[in-house]
Order: sequence, then C-alpha cells, then structure tokens
Amino acid sequence: MPRVVVDVMLKPEILDPQGQAVANALPRLGVNDVASVRIGRRIEIDFTGEPDLDRAREIADKLLANPVIEDFTVRLVETDETVDAHS
Amino acid sequence: MTARVGVVTFPGSLDDGDAARAVRIAGAEPVRLWHGDPQLYGVDAVVLPGGFSYGDYLRCGAIARFAPVMETIVDAARGGMPLLGICNGFQILCEAHLLPGALTRNQHLHFRNRDQILRVESVDTAWTNAFQPGQEVLIPVKNGEGCYVADPATLDQLEAEGRVVARYLGGNPNGSQRDIGAITNQAGNVVGIMPHPEHAVEALTGPSLDGLGFFTSVLKHLVGAPA
Repeated sequence: MPRVVVDVMLKPEILDPQGQAVANALPRLGVNDVASVRIGRRIEIDFTGEPDLDRAREIADKLLANPVIEDFTVRLVETDETVDAHS
Repeated sequence: MTARVGVVTFPGSLDDGDAARAVRIAGAEPVRLWHGDPQLYGVDAVVLPGGFSYGDYLRCGAIARFAPVMETIVDAARGGMPLLGICNGFQILCEAHLLPGALTRNQHLHFRNRDQILRVESVDTAWTNAFQPGQEVLIPVKNGEGCYVADPATLDQLEAEGRVVARYLGGNPNGSQRDIGAITNQAGNVVGIMPHPEHAVEALTGPSLDGLGFFTSVLKHLVGAPA
C-alpha cells in the first residue's frame, strides 16, 4: 500500500538557527564546501484504506505545519521505498 | 462578588500553580481547568500557563490547540472573555490563530532564563490597564522558543493598531522581531506574553512585584465590563 509522506520546511525567509548550527559544525568534520543547511520534518502517514492525498493536505495544513512559518509538500511513495530509505 | 479566573492545566504545564497563586494574590478566585474537560465552570477570564504542553511535540502549542477545553476557550475569547497566554500559553494562542505570527526557536539556540525589563506599550488591554503607558517592569523570562516572528505587513499592522503590548528592554533575550515580548488581538481581550508575570508577584520568590499588574488589570477590566 502506498504511503503518504509530508515534508515540512521552514519558509525560506524564516531564520533556521538549527540549520545554521549544523552548518557551522561541518568544518569540524573537515567539510568546507557547504553553503547552508536547513532542517525540516518528514512525516509518514499510513491510511487504513486507500491513501487520500486531499485528506493528507488537510492534516498538514491544520496540524503538521504552521502556515505562518512553514511550507509543506505532500506526496505518495511506495512502502518499499521508505523501507529502503531506512536501511 | 469575587472574580473567577480559570487556569488551564495541560499535560506538561509547569506554571499553572504559580498562575493560580498570582490570581489569588491579585484578589480573585483561581479555578483550575483541565485540558480534557470542555467546561469553563462560569469563569470570567482564563490564563493559559507556561510549560511544555504535550511535550512540545510537533511544535510548541500545536497539539494543545486541539484540546477539548481550547474549543470552548476560543469561542469565549471571540465573544470577549479576557484570555492571557503566558510563554507556552502565548504559543498556544498563536497556534489557535487568536493572535497573529508564531514563536520560533531562540535565535541563539540557548534556553534563556533571567530577569527581564519590559516596556509596557499598550495599556488598553484587559491585562495591562493597571500600568502607565511606557512603564518599565521587571519580570522573569524563561524560554527556548520565544522568538516572535510575523511577516512585515503583520508587524506593521500590530504597531499601527497599538497592539504591541510590551517590548524587551536592555537586550532582546530570544531574537524576537522588533523586540516584541507581548501582543494583543484587535479587541484587546486576548494577550500573549513570553515572559512570566506570575513569577513576579511576591517579594520572596520574584525579582519584583511588577507581574501582579497583569492580574489586577483583568479584575479592573471585569468590574468595568458589562455582566
């Protein structure tokens, strides 16, 4: 059964101090070619029946993201794909 | 008759006890409200206290906004009931769209805990009418996600309508835009404040007694308000 994935990111104009802190730590790993890092959140939703993208968008808009500071995208992925991503 | 001021306890609230104590010291009767119970038990005003409701999961205040008690509180506040959100309570008010903007991670990423000077700029609200315009007060600030952000048009509108209730003086503790520490809605009955007036109501535990003014203000407001 496909799974719904919601990606939530801070809007580009909102400062991301966490991302900055990570970017600032990279030179300590010897990484010097990263211009910026921004941190978001990935949410995986499994519906009991067929995945409902419209319903997922509603969930994202009302709860998962705060539209004042965040943008979100909603997409379908095959469950295998998410398993691979974790391995 | 003594005013009854509700104080909500969410799972993870920390300052509900202090808020109830501040209400009592100000001369009102505190009424403890429970997040899972939509009843307001006839209270005249409500305080949403500081803490980490629902563990701050997802975003601060995002889940508390959907608590059963919040539906009743949002309706009552739209009808004019005074509502004060302190720290996590301010975050909940923004998530519930009773106040514009949002509160994000402190710009320097550090939790800040210190006594903070604020300038009270709007004294027309239900929670600040006991202050003088421009009065400086000293109350504790303690937050990790207190950086107030909104788009420039919203910030301009807040300023133009006199809805910036208090600004940080002597150093902005969290990077809030335009040094904003507290704002109000258009009607002036809903106020969100990041520092903690309920921790500055007694000489023994607070840096001043300045916080008491927020709680005596609502009593003044209720006496003047039609029943």
